[in-house]
Amino acid sequence: MTDKVITRRSGFWSWQWFYRLGSPKWFYELSQTYVPWLSMIVFTMLTVGIIWALGFVPLDAKQGNSFRIIYIHVPSAFLSMSGYLVMASFAAVSLIWKVKLASWMLKCAAPIGASMTVIALFSGSVWGKPTWGTYWVWDARTTFYLILLFIYLSIIALQSAYEQKDVADKICSILALVGTVNVPIIYWSVEWWYTLHQPATLKLTSESTIHSSMLYPLLLMIVTFYLMYALLLTLLVRNEILQRESKKEWVRDLLDKNGIK
Amino acid sequence: MIFLLRALWAVIRYDLVLSFRHKSNWANAWLFFVLVVSLFPLAVTPDIVLLHSIAPGLIWVAALLSMLLSLPHLLRSDYEDGSLAALLLSPYPLPFLILSKIVAHWLVSALPLILISPVLGVALHLSLEEISVLIVTLLLGTPVLSLVGSVMMALTVSLPHQSILLSLLVLPLCVPVLVFGAGAVINVGLGLSNEGVFALMGAILVLAVTCAPFAASGALRVAEF
Repeated sequence: MTDKVITRRSGFWSWQWFYRLGSPKWFYELSQTYVPWLSMIVFTMLTVGIIWALGFVPLDAKQGNSFRIIYIHVPSAFLSMSGYLVMASFAAVSLIWKVKLASWMLKCAAPIGASMTVIALFSGSVWGKPTWGTYWVWDARTTFYLILLFIYLSIIALQSAYEQKDVADKICSILALVGTVNVPIIYWSVEWWYTLHQPATLKLTSESTIHSSMLYPLLLMIVTFYLMYALLLTLLVRNEILQRESKKEWVRDLLDKNGIK
Repeated sequence: MIFLLRALWAVIRYDLVLSFRHKSNWANAWLFFVLVVSLFPLAVTPDIVLLHSIAPGLIWVAALLSMLLSLPHLLRSDYEDGSLAALLLSPYPLPFLILSKIVAHWLVSALPLILISPVLGVALHLSLEEISVLIVTLLLGTPVLSLVGSVMMALTVSLPHQSILLSLLVLPLCVPVLVFGAGAVINVGLGLSNEGVFALMGAILVLAVTCAPFAASGALRVAEF
């Protein structure tokens, strides 16, 4: 009976990999190897995707050239939602397993998510002018994204309000989790509010099926944005690691090696 | 169990006695509520139809802002005079103590608003049925504002200039309550049933009651010590 308990498990289920992920130094060295590759891939895909979307995709029958905004708008809207999920999971990890690195990831994910939301809102309103005839519509989704932006901003504001950084980390994890409970409720309430008010005529030109010549570049751009998110997050976190661990020996060695004092 | 209940009652009584000795704490927020609502006809128009259509949202927004103003009395003053530290050190479970502080805060800062709201409703030309729905939504919704506010207050309690930050934190998360609260009153005018809205608001309240005290006490433990 006791033997079974004592037996050390190895491999995947030993969870060593999980705790190793929590080591800033380990993450820094791991990311060192993949950042050049990832940035090359992101750069190539972004170039290909944008040239494809702007130059080679056929014109939309109703919207003409303006529909090309979709190639920025939809991926950034995707990312602003998934970015919140990413933040929420980092918050959970940092609170449950007390992993420092997760709360740093959370801190770095907030500004990226906020900028994605700004891009989604801005591109949406630019797109709204030619298609809806107005820059801003109090439509369920736009309103929801606006509130999502406020939540992102509140996390950033709270993070910067505390001088003690480790307190700020934990506090922000709690806020991010509270926000996670709230985000679906806000989404439903805004949907309900929208159906209550029933704006009369404004509708997206209803194209339920998108032609494959337009769809493939869109999928490419979505994947590109996800990879770009990963890249940006890694770069910001690497920066954060260096700042937070600046007193640690391995960072000093690293600085010495690069001739930085 | 009986000791716990006595402790909770002691916390509520302490807060209530304090607020009756410092009447300005809650009276000012109450006055603010009445003032904001009565400024709108002056700023917008005294037109009956228009006032009637904006009244539910107006009363709800004013209630939200007024509760935001009185929020610092929930934990901030306790933090400053050290009684919050006593609460944290007490042998009773912190979430329950926080919950009883929230109850006291609601009694002092939200109940007066709800009591005066029929008068404001009449002044803004709401019908009797609309006013009764407004009161029900306020009864269901304002506790959620207190609960969410307590969490945000706990997150910022040790910060020196927290008031603006506090509103930035609280307001986005109060959107559902605002939407359902004001929407229910509008529903009356449209002839729609409100059972679903009340059920949803009740569900939000239950969720807030079960989660918020734990989040607040977790935040207090991080921020304080």
